[in-house]
Amino acid sequence: MIDKQTTSALLYLDGISVSFDGFKALNELSLVVEPGEMRAIIGPNGAGKTTMMDVITGKTRPDSGDVFFQEGAYDLSKLDETEIAMLGIGRKFQKPTVFDMHTVEDNLNLALMNDRSVRATLLWQSSAAQEKRIDEVLDTIRLKAVRSRVAGSLSHGQKQWLEIGMLLAQEPKLLLVDEPVAGMTDVETMQTAELLKEINATKTVVVVEHDMAFVRELGVKVTCLHEGSVLAEGTIDQVSTNDRVVEVYLGR
Amino acid sequence: MKAFSLIHILDRGAVLFLVLLGAFAVAIPVLNLLVPASSSLHVSTYLVALFGKYVCYGLLALSIDLIWGYAGILSLGHGAFFALGGYAMGMYLMRQIGTRGVYGNPVLPDFMVFLNWHELPFFWYGFNHFIYAALMILLVPGLLAFVFGWFAFRSRVTGVYLSIITQAMTYALLLGFFRNNFGFGGNNGLTDFKDILGFNVQVETTRNALLVTSCLALALGFLICRAIVTSKFGKVLVAIRDAESRTRFLGYRVEAYKLFVFTLSACMAGVAGALYVPQVGIINPGEFAPANSIEAVIWVAVGGRGTLTGAVLGAFVVNYAKTYFTSGVLAPYWLFMLGGLFIGTTLLMPRGIIGTLKYGFDQRAARSAAAEDGVETGAAPPAATPHAAE
Amino acid sequence: MRSFCGRITALVFALGLLVAGAGVALAGPYEDALVGFTEGSLSDTGDAINKVAASGNPLAAQLLQAAEDARLMFSAAQKKVFIKTKDDKLLDAATGKEFTGTPPDDIDTVIVNNRLRGIIDAVIGSLTLMSPNTNQRFDAAQAVFKSREVSALPALDKALAAEKDPRVKKAMNEARAAIVLTDKESSDADKIAAIAVIRDRGDQDALGLIDGMAAGQPADVHEAAQAASAKIQGNLAIWNAVQNAWYGLSLGSVLLLAAIGLAITFGVMGVINMAHGEMVMLGAYVTFVVQEFIRTRNPALFDYSLAIALPLAFIVSGAVGIFIERTVIRFLYGRPLETLLATWGISLVLQQAVRAAFGPTNKEVGNPSWMSGAFDLGGILITYNRMWIIVFTGLVFVALLAMLRFTRLGLEMRAVTQNRAMAAAMGIRTARIDALTFGLGSGIAGIAGVALSQIDNVSPNLGQGYIIDSFMVVVFGGVGNLWGTLVGALTLGIANKFLEPFAGAVLGKIAILVFIILFIQKRPRGMFALKGRAIEA
Repeated sequence: MIDKQTTSALLYLDGISVSFDGFKALNELSLVVEPGEMRAIIGPNGAGKTTMMDVITGKTRPDSGDVFFQEGAYDLSKLDETEIAMLGIGRKFQKPTVFDMHTVEDNLNLALMNDRSVRATLLWQSSAAQEKRIDEVLDTIRLKAVRSRVAGSLSHGQKQWLEIGMLLAQEPKLLLVDEPVAGMTDVETMQTAELLKEINATKTVVVVEHDMAFVRELGVKVTCLHEGSVLAEGTIDQVSTNDRVVEVYLGR
Repeated sequence: MKAFSLIHILDRGAVLFLVLLGAFAVAIPVLNLLVPASSSLHVSTYLVALFGKYVCYGLLALSIDLIWGYAGILSLGHGAFFALGGYAMGMYLMRQIGTRGVYGNPVLPDFMVFLNWHELPFFWYGFNHFIYAALMILLVPGLLAFVFGWFAFRSRVTGVYLSIITQAMTYALLLGFFRNNFGFGGNNGLTDFKDILGFNVQVETTRNALLVTSCLALALGFLICRAIVTSKFGKVLVAIRDAESRTRFLGYRVEAYKLFVFTLSACMAGVAGALYVPQVGIINPGEFAPANSIEAVIWVAVGGRGTLTGAVLGAFVVNYAKTYFTSGVLAPYWLFMLGGLFIGTTLLMPRGIIGTLKYGFDQRAARSAAAEDGVETGAAPPAATPHAAE
Repeated sequence: MRSFCGRITALVFALGLLVAGAGVALAGPYEDALVGFTEGSLSDTGDAINKVAASGNPLAAQLLQAAEDARLMFSAAQKKVFIKTKDDKLLDAATGKEFTGTPPDDIDTVIVNNRLRGIIDAVIGSLTLMSPNTNQRFDAAQAVFKSREVSALPALDKALAAEKDPRVKKAMNEARAAIVLTDKESSDADKIAAIAVIRDRGDQDALGLIDGMAAGQPADVHEAAQAASAKIQGNLAIWNAVQNAWYGLSLGSVLLLAAIGLAITFGVMGVINMAHGEMVMLGAYVTFVVQEFIRTRNPALFDYSLAIALPLAFIVSGAVGIFIERTVIRFLYGRPLETLLATWGISLVLQQAVRAAFGPTNKEVGNPSWMSGAFDLGGILITYNRMWIIVFTGLVFVALLAMLRFTRLGLEMRAVTQNRAMAAAMGIRTARIDALTFGLGSGIAGIAGVALSQIDNVSPNLGQGYIIDSFMVVVFGGVGNLWGTLVGALTLGIANKFLEPFAGAVLGKIAILVFIILFIQKRPRGMFALKGRAIEA
């Protein structure tokens, strides 16, 4: 265990273990993400990718290990989802999860960085600054044309983008993006890669993805998980030629 | 507060609803008091009390719709809050009887004299003042809902689990209130009321006044609900209903939102119960029966949940049908019909009456808008029946 | 008062004779004594009664009973005595054989008055202490224990000396000790010994006896009595706890029976079936119909009525369950709250249908002979119906576990419980599993109804009484785990019964409900819930 003040990392995971009824979902997992970095996480099913996200966002408490945020200033294992979200960690789910009954605009409005208390939302009024911010996000995620449509009527790819847009509106320091291109066409996949790179210009991003072409397109440092711990880490070329990675994940 | 300006919170349907309610509140007393009994337009005092009862049910339905239709909390124990409000009012009415009871005790209600009690239990103190009773009508259901909700929502009890424990809650209260030593009249409950605020509860004018008061309470409740569901708070509620964990990961304190709306809803149910009691003349533990609470839920489902107006409409329609059928030769078939209503509504008309109408309008509007723009609308709007539980 | 004194004297007299006369050759004195009944005077009859009792003849008890019931006849002319049996046969009192000849013309009943009746009672009591029938001797000893008649002591001592059966011997010893404790004349040492005997008996009667001892006993006797009283109280507390545990076990098994079907449907399908209680109710009505049929067609089969009703109830409730699943519930998957409302509607319809068909009142469902009665086990009373229900619940539970563990259907059901999507992907026809699961859950509710018909009122509202408790069991035990349901049911049952003495039945129930509400807050998915990501997705 390190002195939590000394790390320069934005996200620092050390020796995380989580088990469900005897099954070890995470086994002594360690991961360090520096500020401004984009990191891709790959690994076979059951490697612990989503559980890792759950631990970072407070949905699952680790049995042991440290989870620090912002150069060790916050111990995430002691906070709940809401507190972690308010610290500036945004999460996109594996299955696109947007508010189907709300319009695209309202979805973003709900995500905008505002006072989230009951009193504030009861007395809330829209302002020009917020309208402008929503416009900006809509531009970024290319959904301006459908701003007043209900989110439930969007296509699968549009929903994925809307969810990323909601993350942006949240103004997070760190974005956790779980399988953003699952179910997308090739064109949409490449557009999404562009979008993430654009976002990475100002924010730190962790992407979990199976699509190797997409990961290659991102061109960032890759971590491969297997059975709850890190199998290999490095550039996409280093990782994809690693014997163990080939054996357990990519196949020969 | 500009956010609560009437224009902001009222759409056409809401205005129509308020106008109809206002017309109802004026017409019934006029037809009862001013039209001679010989006229075919005359409304009997019996009907005035009956309608007054429906209005109270409407307010109860509204309170259920607020939490079920918008926040996805299906309470099968809202009858408990209704009954608690009713008991608070009943206690006030009992204290107003004074020496006119069978035993003529100036302080103790008859049932206490009958049980050989010599002192008023402490929780009966103050109920001789209307203001205090009115406060309790809001406070007792509100407090119970707050404590219950605080535990339940903080531990993330959702969906059917929550429904079942709300049912257990009202069941526990039912058992408790049946006991004589609970101090609320046991099996028989509270009855034989004489006065409310100095007016005889039996006379026509008081009955009409109670009806009008109930309508006002319903209108006020409706405005409060509209203000809430049209605010950003309301949008957060719908977000919680449709994707609770997403809302949480956006940084909203889901439990605080649920707790607020649940407590408010319980207070509304309490007011409904309080207005109900002087109009029916009795409150007994039967009001806590789980079946009552579930029946109230079906009013909302029939009218259309998540529409507010639908909840009130459903309460009127179902209760009118109940009165109609249970008083005639068709009485043995009423439970078949009620059961069928539960099954039919959930299977065939999950949006309810108002919801289905609204959906039809929206569809047509969307189609004509699409035709005007010449733009492809893509997939049809999603069904207006959200999956309330995760 | 007079008759009481008379009784005592008669008893003393009789016992004296008994002690003196027993063991002597039998034929003579008994036959001689019989003559006394033919004299027609009360005093002669009284003498005869005592002499008969003293004779020790095996016919004595039967004869005396007949005298008391005015079934003893005599012929003054022939000097003969007859016993008229309850079915009006005539026996020769001297031989006990049936009298085949023509009854004498002057045959008449032997008259007994209240005084003689008192004598007969006392004499019979002592006679049965020597009865060849073990149970009769035991009952007689118990009777003496209750009456604490000092004058019975000599007969008791004699009977004790002859007694071989340990159970009867113990009862006689206790009776003797009771007499010793009541008798003012007893020595202190005897009393202390008696206290020890009574202490070992250890029940409520023993406690009453010791606590009721006259004041002013010598110090050592008093001390012994105090110690014994404390010991008995401790003993009673233990038996009380055992009794509560037994009642709790019984209630728990009823809850388990009602809840287990619910646990299956909720576990596998995530469906709350509010009509589950009505499936139980249907099972109870099947039992009623089967019994009615048997009553009218073949009453001899009555003891088998439950065995016949069981499969029928399973089929009827199961079929109704499958019908409901296919016509209503299957359209509501993924909408648990709507399912809840729709099944509530179904429960209303089923209740009303049964009400229309059978009427709203309670129906009489009989207990077969093997379900009636009770027996003592240590200090507790065990009724056969409760016991068989516990056994039956255990069998159902084991059968269900085995079914889930060893059959194809069980395997597929478990697969669907754990991961519906994956099970479907592996080619399990989940729709078929859902229907069968629902049928199974409902069928088990049906056989629960057969069992509950034995201990509860069979009315259209039968199911309503169990539904909330069953939900509590399932919620408490955790979903998708039968062991959780078992532990949940037994815990709630036993907790309920242990709370009852302190809090009363209603408050106890409220306490349990509040406890469960708080428990769910702590463990929202119950005690033995599955953990992991899959179930939360």
